[in-house]
Amino acid sequence: MFWNEKMETLHGHALEELQLKRLKETISRTQNVGFYKKMFKDAGITPSDIRSLDDLHKIPFTKKADLRNGYPFGFLAVPMNQVNRIHTTSGTTGKPTVVAYTKNDLNTWSDLIARNLTMVGLKAGDIFQNASNYSLFTGGLGIHMGAEKIGCAVVPSGVGNTKRQIEMIQDFGVTGLHCTPSYAMHLTEVAEEMHANLESLKVGCFGAEAWSENMRRDLQNRLGLKAYDSYGMSELFGPGVAFECPEQNGLHIWHDCYIVEIIDPKTGENLGAGEKGELVVTPIMKEAMPFLRYRTGDITMLMEDECPCGRGQKIARLLGRSDDMLTIRGINVFPSQIEHALKNIPEVGDQFMVYVDRVNYQDELTIEVEMNKNVFSGELKDLSNLQTKIVKALQDTLSLRASVELVEPGSLPRFEGKAKRVIDRRVI
Amino acid sequence: MTEKYIIKQLSIFSENKAGKLAAIAKIFLDTGVSIQAFNIAEANNFGVVRAIVDKPEIAFNEFAKQNYALQYTDVLAIKMKDVPGGLYEVANLLGGLGINIEYAYAFRTGAYGALIVKVTNPRAAAQKIIDAGLELLPAKDYNF
Repeated sequence: MFWNEKMETLHGHALEELQLKRLKETISRTQNVGFYKKMFKDAGITPSDIRSLDDLHKIPFTKKADLRNGYPFGFLAVPMNQVNRIHTTSGTTGKPTVVAYTKNDLNTWSDLIARNLTMVGLKAGDIFQNASNYSLFTGGLGIHMGAEKIGCAVVPSGVGNTKRQIEMIQDFGVTGLHCTPSYAMHLTEVAEEMHANLESLKVGCFGAEAWSENMRRDLQNRLGLKAYDSYGMSELFGPGVAFECPEQNGLHIWHDCYIVEIIDPKTGENLGAGEKGELVVTPIMKEAMPFLRYRTGDITMLMEDECPCGRGQKIARLLGRSDDMLTIRGINVFPSQIEHALKNIPEVGDQFMVYVDRVNYQDELTIEVEMNKNVFSGELKDLSNLQTKIVKALQDTLSLRASVELVEPGSLPRFEGKAKRVIDRRVI
Repeated sequence: MTEKYIIKQLSIFSENKAGKLAAIAKIFLDTGVSIQAFNIAEANNFGVVRAIVDKPEIAFNEFAKQNYALQYTDVLAIKMKDVPGGLYEVANLLGGLGINIEYAYAFRTGAYGALIVKVTNPRAAAQKIIDAGLELLPAKDYNF
């Protein structure tokens, strides 16, 4: 089933022609952005130098750290009276990254989600439960708009209150579910404890964090649905950038909206199909915040084989990161953000370690803080208050719950050279 | 006037892990410091070890040298009769005086018991307690 068969199956010359046209339009929009004007000047190029898709390589990359310097609206290419939505996503340090959408952007984005959900068999008549955070996280409103567009009855259940989520699936006869894969595992376990019958479910769309084939098998067997991988990021609208088709073998990335490159993250050289590297995307349908050659930091590869479904070239399921970004409970976190939040607490200082573990398929964040001799008052309640203060600081900056352990002076590792204070111990 | 009743308790930060208490006790042993009263307050994965000892400075210096986070905390020791109702008498009186106990622990020697209390303003509290007719044990009996 297709939502937009023509665009989804566009190949060869026709696709390249459309990509070039849209690329040129995008480049022209970027010239409203100081960062890109300067980039072109520094690189000694003008928009008219980009005459073919190959010329794209003349343009330097845009990195997430560049977006930080544009906080909040430095990358806006349209006046505010054309902006229709603002989301934020985690930045590399203190400040978040802002992403903005025009009315057309929201329409393009929900159209892509509509393609994805249609591709996995959802349609009018389906009851679709979106167990995603509906605030600044793009997985809530983004998926919601697309599911409404294809005519599903959408249940905006949000996150948490798992028993109620399960009751709704049962009582409403929910057929489609969207959430993070780790929340899906949690839901599965609670449903089994409740002896709940979730046989109405047929499609699960899981994204925002990496998950394995083992986890897919587990989810499919225990929830009795087909589980599909969803890929996206706020900088490229949000979820919906790439999605699995019923073949469940790689993700279709929408080539009419995104020009895809795979590069060697060290040299920046382009790599061919079948070679693992960093995904670099130039979104060519974005109006409010156009980006050129955006380095996603995600490691994947372009797949060589054509897909029997007739859609375009796929990328492999994500194989890791080229930087140190972590995804914890679906939230992107840079170790630098955690360090920034902790160093702002005088009682904590420099001596802390952060551990990320996966316990029963749920991500757990543990902070060990070395007790600072100079601030120890001798009172237990002050220690408890410090714990609470650290938990709150992390909650405020990262929207993540953490457990804090206070440890004795001198018991944490000391580093010579670059400190590595954030340790990911998860086995996925 | 009340200064002699202010007892310097050692408050030592400790993780709640196997072997931690032994490591602390070993320091008292090695320094020849005798423990008069002792208590552990625990929260989650850590705690504060509270000790009243005969030679607090010697112990304090050694703990500091071994990188422990510790502090002196001023506490009072209220003499209790070693009979049923002994604690009631003390607690009831403190309540009547409006003295709030942040924490307390008890010990007993041959002849009598004592309640160690941490209160907000120990000097003022000491005066009120004495005026109300209870007996405070002077610090020299313990750690001076």
